Amino acid sequence: MIKFNQVHKRYPGGFQALKNVSFEIAGGEMVFLTGHSGAGKSTLLKLIAGIERPNLGSVLVNHQNVGVLKSRALPFLRRNLGIIFQDHKLLFDRNVFDNVLLPLQICGFEYRESHKRVRAALDKVGLLKRERSNPIALSGGEQQRLCIARAIVNRPSILLADEPTGNLDAEYAQEIMAIFNAFHQVGATLLISTHDESILQNAGQRVLALKHGELQT
Amino acid sequence: MRHALAQNIGIFRRMFASPIAGTLNILVIGIALSLPAGMYLLLQNAQGLVARLSDTPQISLFMDTDTKADDVDKLRRQLEQHPAIDRVEFIPRAQALEQLKKSTGLADVIGGLQKNPLPDAFTVYPKPRTAQSLDDLRAELAKLPKVELAQLDSEWAYKLEALLKFGRMLVLILASLLSLALVAITFNTIRLQILMQREEIEVSKLIGATNGFIRRPFLYFGATQGLLGGITAWLIITLSLLLLNYQLGALAHLYASRFSLHPLSLGDSLTLLLFSMYLGWLGAWLSVARHLSQIEPR
Repeated sequence: MIKFNQVHKRYPGGFQALKNVSFEIAGGEMVFLTGHSGAGKSTLLKLIAGIERPNLGSVLVNHQNVGVLKSRALPFLRRNLGIIFQDHKLLFDRNVFDNVLLPLQICGFEYRESHKRVRAALDKVGLLKRERSNPIALSGGEQQRLCIARAIVNRPSILLADEPTGNLDAEYAQEIMAIFNAFHQVGATLLISTHDESILQNAGQRVLALKHGELQT
Repeated sequence: MRHALAQNIGIFRRMFASPIAGTLNILVIGIALSLPAGMYLLLQNAQGLVARLSDTPQISLFMDTDTKADDVDKLRRQLEQHPAIDRVEFIPRAQALEQLKKSTGLADVIGGLQKNPLPDAFTVYPKPRTAQSLDDLRAELAKLPKVELAQLDSEWAYKLEALLKFGRMLVLILASLLSLALVAITFNTIRLQILMQREEIEVSKLIGATNGFIRRPFLYFGATQGLLGGITAWLIITLSLLLLNYQLGALAHLYASRFSLHPLSLGDSLTLLLFSMYLGWLGAWLSVARHLSQIEPR
């Protein structure tokens, strides 16, 4: 599903974010990405989504080399990914329902089908009753769940989450992890970055640890 | 399809969220377009007038005031046999005076004259000719005995036509400049819209929106703004024409004539609307091409 082959990433300022990173994630796997802030977790996820490109090495997603993908092809790669952003990236000029609807509009879904899917996604994250609210009125945990609903509404095969429990207290974090586990159960591939040790221990899944841009083994 | 519609309606609602700014933009576009289009319309009307006059060129021959009746008959026969002349009309001086009284409303002034100052005259209708040969004919007729003056009546029409050519060039320059202004207005409006919706564009790109998908509503917006501007221009021209014709009607009535300005034809109206729509679309396209690539998610 996802394969990194000796990937190096250096930012224009000269900061070396990733050094010689190689790993492979099989379909249906749930993998955690850990490391201190600045260790390169976000950069790694951005390379998968084609937001950044590697300087050296190759990033394969669904057998496509993301690093050399034409920018015209990028949107279609991203439609197969559900991305949960650290800063949520919700749109506050529309309500909860329309936030989740956006990916389906982009893919050109049929009207009735898309409305059904939005409700299903909101139901999964427990926000169905808040569909007419503005995201600004939601709590931090609810905003995070809304972001998840938007990421999964398109039923992507790969889910990327950047610090999904970063600013949440333990109870909310548990809820979020329960949602992720449910996706894992139905066969989705998940890559979740976190620095929360308790989550890693509870999950009991494979862990990729980054330190100063290098993968620890 | 319904999605595209819903999405565009949503974006339209947000774009027209500031109705005053939006209306002002449309008004500016409308006024900018109505100037060249209105001038074009006036030229069209003048053109119609000229075409009517220069279609049937005539040469007026004014006789010496002391011409006798048999001189006139001799000249008439001579003219009727001339190969370049289609037909001839004789206007006796008394009739000419009557006509003058009737058509200009100067009856009082003319009535005060002690004797008829007008000469006998012929109106000569030549066979269809080029402007040059008409002038040759006029010169030839001027040399006939007892002819005081030969005047090519359509001459001023040709002069006017040359003037109209100048006017058309002026309209073309004005239209080009103001079209450029329209494109610039749209370019700037769309730039502001893009900046205002920066976040939405960024998020949309992140979740798989193609550039076409992001571009589309802006192009629609530009085209709609252009079209509304075009409609405004059309309304300005049509209303102005109504007002002008109202005044012109009173004026023409005084001169006992029925002259009025023709409105924009259906074809010209459609051209105006399509052109303004296209310019709006073009401005939006340029703006989107310039500014959208600068918004890449990070």
